[in-house]
Amino acid sequence: MKPASFAYARPSSLDEALSLLAENAGRARLLAGGQSLGPMLNLRLATPELVIDIGRLAELQRVETTDGVQLVGAGVCHADIEDGCVPDVARGLLQHVARGIAYRAVRNRGTIGGSLAHADPAADWPPVMIALGAEVDIASTRGRRRIKAAELVTGVLSTALEPDEMIEAIRIPRASSTLRWGHYKVSAKPGDFAESVAVIVIDGIGAGARGVLAGRSQVPLLLSETARAVAEMRGWPRDARAVVETALEADLGHHGVRAALSPEDRSIYLASVLRAAQEAVAA
Amino acid sequence: MTRISLRLNGTEVSGDVEPRTSLADFVREDQRLTGTHLGCEHGVCGACTVLIDGRPMRSCLMLAVSADRRDVRTVEGYGDDATMAAIRRFFTECHALQCGFCTPGMLATAYDIVKRLPRADRTRIRAELGGNLCRCTGYLGIIDAIDRALDHIHGVDRRVRKETS
Repeated sequence: MKPASFAYARPSSLDEALSLLAENAGRARLLAGGQSLGPMLNLRLATPELVIDIGRLAELQRVETTDGVQLVGAGVCHADIEDGCVPDVARGLLQHVARGIAYRAVRNRGTIGGSLAHADPAADWPPVMIALGAEVDIASTRGRRRIKAAELVTGVLSTALEPDEMIEAIRIPRASSTLRWGHYKVSAKPGDFAESVAVIVIDGIGAGARGVLAGRSQVPLLLSETARAVAEMRGWPRDARAVVETALEADLGHHGVRAALSPEDRSIYLASVLRAAQEAVAA
Repeated sequence: MTRISLRLNGTEVSGDVEPRTSLADFVREDQRLTGTHLGCEHGVCGACTVLIDGRPMRSCLMLAVSADRRDVRTVEGYGDDATMAAIRRFFTECHALQCGFCTPGMLATAYDIVKRLPRADRTRIRAELGGNLCRCTGYLGIIDAIDRALDHIHGVDRRVRKETS
């Protein structure tokens, strides 16, 4: 399939891009790596009047370490994170996740900001950024604002971004040297979209333990009970499976999704959470 | 129409394209280089994979206008590149192709593996090929060919250093 016709602009600065976006809010789509928008254009699921190419904006390529925070420009591609061009402030989790995204040819184009802004429930970065407590810098001609990654994704392919807004950068807090993490993705083959993905990070007890679950049609869910239960484990106890399963049921119930779950989804959700938990405990 | 200029297989070319034209269609229809194949046109099959600024990318998902002023290398453009010559030879010897539809994309991916991952073992090669579909060979010949090309280019002593990822 070929895309429907659209106009094209490649602004040379972020300000110019934001002005174009504001003037055409609702009629324009931002194009960074194009690994999600490209298929949607080709399949005519997206038919914007204007495509604004932000793929070469230097302002979106920033990689800066400050005050215990790693700033990653929205336009940094997954392959660069895989290759370690961004200091991994989460003890290897960033590189591990980047390497599991689709295929190298896709990772060479697809960007971290695009992944978050597109908000596909099966995407790799949203659950991980939520688990790490990352924040998102948002820009528009009206100014700048900063929100938590957990507040960005509001639904399937839906975000808190206004039509004239763009993600400029992601701020990832530097984890302590005792951070333990587990990440497991259930997919039909390496690089395919996740049927289910779970990430558990343990950076101290209490608020330092976070778990997030997402799936093919499930937006990221915080797993507070599960994360707390896993953080309190010493090794992988004999009853660990039952403990995790009970905590996960409580979390799914708390979010109101338990009743509607199919037995298949319940199984793969549990599988991804169990494996992530096992990894985090063993780390 | 938008005017673009890019370096295609070492030669400066330019043309007028509609913004919606993919790089793959520009290469095939405008430049008449039909070695780049289009399978799925949504980034899954890998047949259209070409090197852009030295890195493999999907030419079906890149707009030709976005490739303006970039360096593009298609399957026709390797000339006497020693690495690709070795890969081609082992593809032949290992029966790594049958109908040939996936081969241009396979070669681009193989070239990237041999250049970027000198210590890749067969497990890693298999994982790296996840983004290129072949419906003829069952992949074993392709994995054999890339494994042998790695040995040939990087020396057999890489065997002892092969990673087990």
